[in-house]
Amino acid sequence: MKIKTGILAVIATLAAGHASAAVLRLECGAPGPGQDVCMTSAKEWAKKTGNEIQFVATPNDSNEQLALLQQLLGSGSDKIDVLQIDVVWPGILANQLLDLKGYSKGAEKQHFASIIANDTVGGKLVAMPWYIDTGMMYYRKDLLEKYNQKPPVTWDEMTATAKKIQDAERAAGNDKLWGFVWQGRAYEGLTCDALEWLSSFNAGTIVDPSGKISVNNANAAKALDTAAKWVGSISPKAVLNFAEEEARGVFQSGNAVFMRNWPYAWSVMSQDGSVVKGKIGVMMLPKGGAAGRHAATLGGWQLAVSRYSKNPALAADLVMYLTSAQVQKFRAIKGSFNPTMPALYQDKDIIKASPFMAELYPTFASAVPRPSTVTATKYNQVSNQFWNAVHDVLSGNAKPTDALAQLDGSLKRLSANGTWK
Amino acid sequence: MSSESLSLDGRASQRPSVAVRRASPLAQQRRRQAWLLVLPAMLMLVVIAGWPLLRTVWFSLTSAQLSDLTQHPFVGLDNYIGENGVLRDGEWWHAVGNTLIFAVISVSLETVLGLGVALLLNTPSRVRSLLRAAVLVPWAIPTIVSAKIWSWMLNDQYGVINAILLHLGVIDHPLAFIADPDLAFPTIILVDVWKTTPFMALLMLAALQMVPSDCYEAARLDGVPRWRVFRHITLPLILPGVLVAMVFRMLDALRVFDLIYVMTSNSRLTKSMSIYVREQLVDFQQVGFGSASAIVLFLLISTFTIAYMVFTRRRMQGV
Amino acid sequence: MKKLTLGTLLYYVLVSIVLVACLFPFLYTIGSSLKRGNELFATSLWPAHPSLSNYATLFHDQPFGAYLLNSVLVSGGAVVLSLLVSVLAAYALGRVSFRGRGVLMMCILGVSMFPQVAILSGLFELVRWLGLYDRLGALVLTDLIFTLPFTIWVLVTFMRELPKELEEAALMDGVGVFTLIFRIFMPLLLPALAATSLLAFIGAWNEFLFALTFTISPEQRTVPVAMSMIAGASSFELPWGTIMAASVIVTVPLILLVLACQRQIVSGLTAGAVKG
Repeated sequence: MKIKTGILAVIATLAAGHASAAVLRLECGAPGPGQDVCMTSAKEWAKKTGNEIQFVATPNDSNEQLALLQQLLGSGSDKIDVLQIDVVWPGILANQLLDLKGYSKGAEKQHFASIIANDTVGGKLVAMPWYIDTGMMYYRKDLLEKYNQKPPVTWDEMTATAKKIQDAERAAGNDKLWGFVWQGRAYEGLTCDALEWLSSFNAGTIVDPSGKISVNNANAAKALDTAAKWVGSISPKAVLNFAEEEARGVFQSGNAVFMRNWPYAWSVMSQDGSVVKGKIGVMMLPKGGAAGRHAATLGGWQLAVSRYSKNPALAADLVMYLTSAQVQKFRAIKGSFNPTMPALYQDKDIIKASPFMAELYPTFASAVPRPSTVTATKYNQVSNQFWNAVHDVLSGNAKPTDALAQLDGSLKRLSANGTWK
Repeated sequence: MSSESLSLDGRASQRPSVAVRRASPLAQQRRRQAWLLVLPAMLMLVVIAGWPLLRTVWFSLTSAQLSDLTQHPFVGLDNYIGENGVLRDGEWWHAVGNTLIFAVISVSLETVLGLGVALLLNTPSRVRSLLRAAVLVPWAIPTIVSAKIWSWMLNDQYGVINAILLHLGVIDHPLAFIADPDLAFPTIILVDVWKTTPFMALLMLAALQMVPSDCYEAARLDGVPRWRVFRHITLPLILPGVLVAMVFRMLDALRVFDLIYVMTSNSRLTKSMSIYVREQLVDFQQVGFGSASAIVLFLLISTFTIAYMVFTRRRMQGV
Repeated sequence: MKKLTLGTLLYYVLVSIVLVACLFPFLYTIGSSLKRGNELFATSLWPAHPSLSNYATLFHDQPFGAYLLNSVLVSGGAVVLSLLVSVLAAYALGRVSFRGRGVLMMCILGVSMFPQVAILSGLFELVRWLGLYDRLGALVLTDLIFTLPFTIWVLVTFMRELPKELEEAALMDGVGVFTLIFRIFMPLLLPALAATSLLAFIGAWNEFLFALTFTISPEQRTVPVAMSMIAGASSFELPWGTIMAASVIVTVPLILLVLACQRQIVSGLTAGAVKG
């Protein structure tokens, strides 16, 4: 490890010798605790290599972020050297990003293969995995114990448990309690949630890796039907406009038994003063019936180098440093960012800081990527069509089979016969 | 269309301007002077708006993508009337319908309420300055923020509005204002009315303030009832101001974006024209197609505006 | 006498309704900005334990004071510039009838008919050609795209309302056109000018898309952009309390501005200036 860093430092110094202490512009999100963690590591690199880093802030909302990056990169601007990109962006931004293959020296082998595959577009490694997110199920340990319920394995069991506890608690006067909260708003988050339902019923991932549209099948209809039945029974109708924070709001106030959310919610809800602190359990998202599987959508962020960077070698070196095991470990402990390297899930310090990381390792390892790499620049359109179809089903405006058939038609038109060009 | 018929104020022809009655050389000089006075403003607008607008028109005739703008094959009118053109997209027309309903309802409500508030503001009283500052608060809060605040307040789980309504016994179970497909659109209109009524009110107040006070005094001496004073003296005098305020509100309402984007995201149910355009241009990276839809939006709005002006001009002559 | 009291009563009832409707959400915002943790998800209007920690976080993470100053410079610049040229243009368009006037008016309005996002890329190129990228000047310039048509149109309307005797008398006296506009008309137009510039100022103050796209360094950042950059520990977390604190901070200067403009909004003709 030490030797490697040493070599990198030498390379960096050599490169720096040319540019004499280059200034690199790094974009790692919006100012806040998350960016502070990023800054700490980046500054270490700067000190080590004798370069300077300027931080470029972007909006917190990832839609705004993508729009801004597209505008900047589209104009060939060198105002950003290193940028963080969402797991679904490699296909969209590939043209503007540097191929990191020549700089990684095989470091990509340490990361989860699924993410590396996601970050490889047309044979180019356009980004390095930085941290991973997956959907997971939070539940109220205390309530499940109180009613003698085991953590459910299938969606049907979950529905039954949620209904039982919801009814019993409401009868006892807790009339604000709901069984299950999740993300039902018409946005990318619904694509994530719905992809989990589909995968758990073995209904594929909308478009399969070869580019074939696979969404119109009986299992998918079953999955959507299951979810549609939650709305108004174990989930409030307002769930149709819930994003992550609305769901957390309900769960953290103690008003929900189950919640589907990302790992971030764990640390926020475990802070002092939280009503549910110490009462939360986490588990894998349920299977779609006995024959189904546990499925969680892959989320998370990558680091990439702009093609228009004036110091590509240095920028790539910074990316390699920030995504290295050493920095990922620091970030896991300091900011509970989930590492993208299997090996780190056995690290004692990390497990001590966030016990759930070890428990959920299987989920991370088998997370389901959205079909963003194969659909490339069309991904946003695919996702938009998908979430709108799902939203129509959830709000009772369409039957699952009709909505899926219609979606199939519009995706076929979009794909130009499966070529996605 | 003559220049006069385009102007908002139909009375321009009834009230000949000074120039017309003067000797011709002087009138000519005045006209030259007028052009010079307009020049700085026009220059500025041409510099800022000229290039971006031309560029949009050009891109609308190509199949350019955001990921690589150097490649833009010319496709003629395909983006407009081609097989997948914007004019043949059902979703576009759905968005047009949504936007028109939104604009007409919200601007009408805002005009009526704005006039009411302006009249309150125009009445001398001890609380007037408090009222004036308070009224502007909704307009002052950035839309992105007020949309978020309202979403939060209207939430059925921890929203304060539901809590109050439940407490008062108006409703017996919390309403999912924004999530319920039937309630979402009226709720968005309501928030827009809350947000932009102050804009109308302030412009109308300015118009009211410019009404010469001797008009009122004469009427008061004659013992004319208040509402008749309003109907026959005040209203005709402030009408040009009201109409111009309505035009700008209308232009904004027809381009409504932030409010809907924040409150209901990309839901098909409440999609507006601007949301459609942004989706194509930015989210879907279809610069060519997106530009075409922006041009169609522009054409729709200008048709609508011209129609409005012609209509109000007739109405005004009838008054 | 009885009728008068009834009228007064009605007046105060209406005023109270308007006050509540306008201020309630803002009070809610202030209340939320003083809440922490779980309290944010409670329906209470006011926290049991008010805390200024959200404001502390806000100023700790970002230099909000500097951003406020930037916003003032940009909005102020855009408003002053638009008022200056639009008063001249409004005089010509409102009081002189010349060929092409209607077309000019429509062209000016036409600029306001494009969705901003559609002209964003073109403006971006323009800003870079002019060498204004990442400068406040870029924002002043691009904000004119919506402030200028608005100020011109509103001022034309009000300019037209001024009594023609005034102008005739002035022209008889051989007064120059600038004196006529700035010395004679301007004072009469004060309520309209105050209202228009206030509305244009608020428009520029809250402008987000241009400010986000045309500046990148923190030294040039305006408040709405800074607000969009308030982040929690992760990209999903919405730091609601801090955002509420920022909303209060971005709104208060505008309220102060309104209070400062009080006298201007209600003066003009009613104050008897017409006699001059």
